[in-house]
Amino acid sequence: MLSLRGITKTFPGVLANDHVTLEVRSGEVHALLGENGAGKTTLMSILYGIHQPDAGEIRLRGRRVHIRSPRDAIGLGIGMVPQHFLLIRRHTVAENIALGLPGERFVRPARRIEPRVRELGARYGLAVDPRAAIWQLSPSEQQRVEILKALIRGAQALILDEPTSVLTPQEVRGLFDVLRRMKQEGHAVIFISHKLDEVTEIADRVTVLRRGRVVATLPIAETDKRSLARLMVGRDVEFQVRKAPRTPDGDALVADNLVVLSDRGLPALRGISFSVRRGEILGIAGIAGNGQRELVEVITGLRPARSGRVRLLDHEVTNLSARALHEAGVAHIPEDRMLMGIVPAMSVAENLVLKQYRYPPFSRGPVIDRQAIAQFARRMIAEYEIVTPGSDVPARLLSGGNIQKLILSRELSGRPEVIVASHPTAGLDVSATEQIHTVLLQRRQRGAAILLVSEDLDEILALADRIGVLFSGEIVGIVSGAEADRERLGLMMTGQRV
Amino acid sequence: MITEWILDTLIRALAVGTPLLWAALGEIYAERSGVINLGVEGMMILGAFFAFAVAHTSGNPALGLLVAGVVGGASALLHAFLSVTLRANQYVSGLALAMFGLGLAGVLGRGWEGIPLLNTLPEISGLTYLGVVLAVVLWFVLYHTRLGLVIRSTGEAPAAADALGVNVARVRYLAVVFGGILAGIAGGFFSVAYRPSWTEGMTGGTGWIAIAIVIFAGWDPLRAVWGALLFGALYYLSFRLQTWIAPEALRMLPFAFTIVALAATSRRRRGEGAPEALGLPYASGEK
Amino acid sequence: MRRLGPWQIDRDPAPRGWWVLVVSLGAIASAFLAAGALFWAFGIGPARAYSTIFLGTLGDARAAPEVLRQAIPLLLCGVGLVMAFRAQFWNIGAEGQLLAGAVAAAGVALFAPLPAPLVVPAMFAAGFAAGALWGLLPTLLRLKLDVNEVLSTLMMNYIALFFVEWLIHGPWKGQEQRGFAYTDTLPPAAWLPLLPGTRVHWVTLALGLALAGGLAFLLARTKLGFEIRVLGQNPTASRYAGINPLRTTLVAMLISAGAAGLAGVGEVAGIHHRLLAPDQISLGYGYAAIIVAWLARGSPLAAVLTALFLGLIFSSGDVMKVTLQMPFRVTDIFNGLILFFLIGSERLLTYRLRRVPRPAPHATAVSPGPERQTGAGIPEETGVAESK
Repeated sequence: MLSLRGITKTFPGVLANDHVTLEVRSGEVHALLGENGAGKTTLMSILYGIHQPDAGEIRLRGRRVHIRSPRDAIGLGIGMVPQHFLLIRRHTVAENIALGLPGERFVRPARRIEPRVRELGARYGLAVDPRAAIWQLSPSEQQRVEILKALIRGAQALILDEPTSVLTPQEVRGLFDVLRRMKQEGHAVIFISHKLDEVTEIADRVTVLRRGRVVATLPIAETDKRSLARLMVGRDVEFQVRKAPRTPDGDALVADNLVVLSDRGLPALRGISFSVRRGEILGIAGIAGNGQRELVEVITGLRPARSGRVRLLDHEVTNLSARALHEAGVAHIPEDRMLMGIVPAMSVAENLVLKQYRYPPFSRGPVIDRQAIAQFARRMIAEYEIVTPGSDVPARLLSGGNIQKLILSRELSGRPEVIVASHPTAGLDVSATEQIHTVLLQRRQRGAAILLVSEDLDEILALADRIGVLFSGEIVGIVSGAEADRERLGLMMTGQRV
Repeated sequence: MITEWILDTLIRALAVGTPLLWAALGEIYAERSGVINLGVEGMMILGAFFAFAVAHTSGNPALGLLVAGVVGGASALLHAFLSVTLRANQYVSGLALAMFGLGLAGVLGRGWEGIPLLNTLPEISGLTYLGVVLAVVLWFVLYHTRLGLVIRSTGEAPAAADALGVNVARVRYLAVVFGGILAGIAGGFFSVAYRPSWTEGMTGGTGWIAIAIVIFAGWDPLRAVWGALLFGALYYLSFRLQTWIAPEALRMLPFAFTIVALAATSRRRRGEGAPEALGLPYASGEK
Repeated sequence: MRRLGPWQIDRDPAPRGWWVLVVSLGAIASAFLAAGALFWAFGIGPARAYSTIFLGTLGDARAAPEVLRQAIPLLLCGVGLVMAFRAQFWNIGAEGQLLAGAVAAAGVALFAPLPAPLVVPAMFAAGFAAGALWGLLPTLLRLKLDVNEVLSTLMMNYIALFFVEWLIHGPWKGQEQRGFAYTDTLPPAAWLPLLPGTRVHWVTLALGLALAGGLAFLLARTKLGFEIRVLGQNPTASRYAGINPLRTTLVAMLISAGAAGLAGVGEVAGIHHRLLAPDQISLGYGYAAIIVAWLARGSPLAAVLTALFLGLIFSSGDVMKVTLQMPFRVTDIFNGLILFFLIGSERLLTYRLRRVPRPAPHATAVSPGPERQTGAGIPEETGVAESK
């Protein structure tokens, strides 16, 4: 039905797609598998008209088409559910769907499509209240709005970019039901993922991309997880990080009945208690927006606690400043690398002392010692294998993995007692992920207490000694890492105590 | 007696508030589309000069207003080009427009000062009532039509609108130019109706106050009416109080009050804040 | 990207200094061309206009110091704005802060019973304090209540303007003046020495140069400067790094507004020797200083050059007023156009022209091997929509 042939696309310094060919049939779920940075999103942006290919052609039902904009794509019956939803938060579901819809009447366009939203929702299992504002909806509901947006525009082919990353395992099953129904109705579904379990479960065929090239296209029945992983990464992959046994020591970080407000002034944490011991990784699982950010911020001094206490190695540290907590030995690997973790326009060296600049040897009195900073930077770059043209180039020139290594080296250089790591490997490729996991496990071995907040259940299951699940500002339960299974965690992520 | 005085004050306030209302309504549309235009003062002063010059030459003040609108729109086009097409800093571009407008009007207006205008519009003119009607219409269009949905969407989340085939750049251009047309007419009101004459700098900072009204009207055309009325009353009162208080001190009043009002309305409930993409340039697709 | 023969236009992630200079000069040249077109439309040949300007300013040994004289307030305000802009604080209020400094200076000179040698230092101190105070309210409103500082600083300009008007018409109106609205002449102890044969009050000039040097050092080599740079580039990261945004912004803004206050002292004590109409104290230096700071691109030292350049524009305004009978407002046309072209050309900075060897046929497929990932690659997953 849909075929991309010889698609090539370069960005400055990067060959994102190299003669990529992809054939998708009606009534199939076609998985596009590849690591972060393999070229999946670029390829789909080309199919959806966001980027123009440097070479190659797109054919739809045998006819060559030129897709110059998303509008063209929509007109041709191609829909896309992006990884980061393109929804207008303050508008209602109906307004989001009605926007730009051809043939809608001029006055009150949103009202008119409400019945159609309900009808399509019932047909595909995508129930959502058309009059609700987007910001009131859960990520799973927002995803339904994105799918409805595409369906109401008559999408015959639907691209889903990493659709499961924001869902619980149960919600993933719900999404797969929707996809199967779409398959039965004759739609073609392109399912982008780097998660092998999901691909083997839902896809009929799979195309594997590596470094911008297609390495294989196979029916799912003829392959298995291990060989797909090899195709994807180019070598054998260890599914389990080697985790040495370690008996934790005493409590390093204790949270006691913490109540914290969100930016909007609503309770984001409703009295949670937990402890992390020295030499232990406590994983915090949960769907985004259930209080993870507030939890990380209250412990790192970026957000005040309404009530409750935080203790660090038997010292009261509740509501100390970010600076005081850093001095007390709390390291923070933030969720948003570019926005919080670095100052993109400042040099690598300056970013490496973003917190330490005010202490000797980096400054004496009010004056900064640039030599000492440069020396320290050289050491860190060597020790953490940060790939950079030099220590004086702006940090934004580094790749995502190297930026994360920069942050890691800075945060760990002070030998912290407690490490708060928030989504530490999001968006990184396999080798950078492995490196970062190894470093965290080393620190655990040496007796650091690590609070690992992640949406990636696989990461939590691989690293954590104990796992707490956060739902709606409460810890639903804490289970031992060895006993935890996805199913049970998934239920807990929707608030069920099991 | 008292009621008469109140009524009189109210009508006068409405008259003084007219240019504020027109300029604020235009700026609301520009900002709702995601483009802040700090050049209102410049567009108004250009409108004021051209309205006067045309009205004086042709003897037709309505034609003057029309030309003022065209000039305002044309100068807004400059801002749109810089901030939408070239993705330049919108704040600086607006300031540049304010400077440029004041400069050009000052240079062009040399020799026009002190000339009386024979055919003028009344102080309480159709423009005042039209402004209120316009506010209602613009409110309806913004919240209850397809066009309004498109404008609000480009201001809230241009990437989302773009992905649904909305031409973000075109919407922003149109909204900014529309804002400029209204600002030009607002300036023209000064020179052909309110103070039928031309003096350099005669808009006296009302352009900035119009921008402030946008903020504490919460980007809502209907509430801008109240804001304009309030400031109109303030201006009018400061004339009436001149018997007792030094006029220079009174002229500070609207500006001081603006700061107070900005501070008082700074904490808002959700949904009343600035459009989320306000001031941010948007580039679709190819980088 | 686009190819032009052996040249290729590329995105440049880190523009080099010389390219920034070329683009800035190009923008200024374009602004002069556009202004020339306007003059032409106005019936003045651009060639004649510019030659008149040149002969009346730089080309005349007696007029040239006027450029320097006008550059003094521009330098003080501009250096101050560089500081504020570096901290991401859009201080548009240098004009009002300058006037506040002028008022304080006049007040000290007229009313403070000080021994003669202390008068000038006291005026500068009071001027700095008054300017800083004038900037304090918008700063606090922004930090505490998130009030847009562009508008609040602008409003403070108008308040300062009418405040000065009120003073010179009312309580401070001079005894010896009849009909004119200004204060009495300041006692001679309050007059700044001038360079012989000019109106260059060198004390203020020296102050401005020292401030430029001092702030350059502050930004590059001190903890406070580091904090200001972090805060300005990435406020979220500054919170994360434990930098107190209140204290840092406040310090940057007090320096910024205080510097503008010093400029006001210089105008009153160096030129006018009395407090007079606000549009005579400042010819719009506070607004033009925005261009000084913008052109200097964050460098206090570069502001010395850009202030001189704007000083040239202002003295050109004087020349055009006298010789070509243009209103002084013509400087605003220049200023507006320069600013337009300056920010309009900024997109050019992100590109570079590179000479690249002609590619061999079919060799377009550059392998993105590990050696290529070191550089300026835009990771494809984030390459979808650039919205900033």
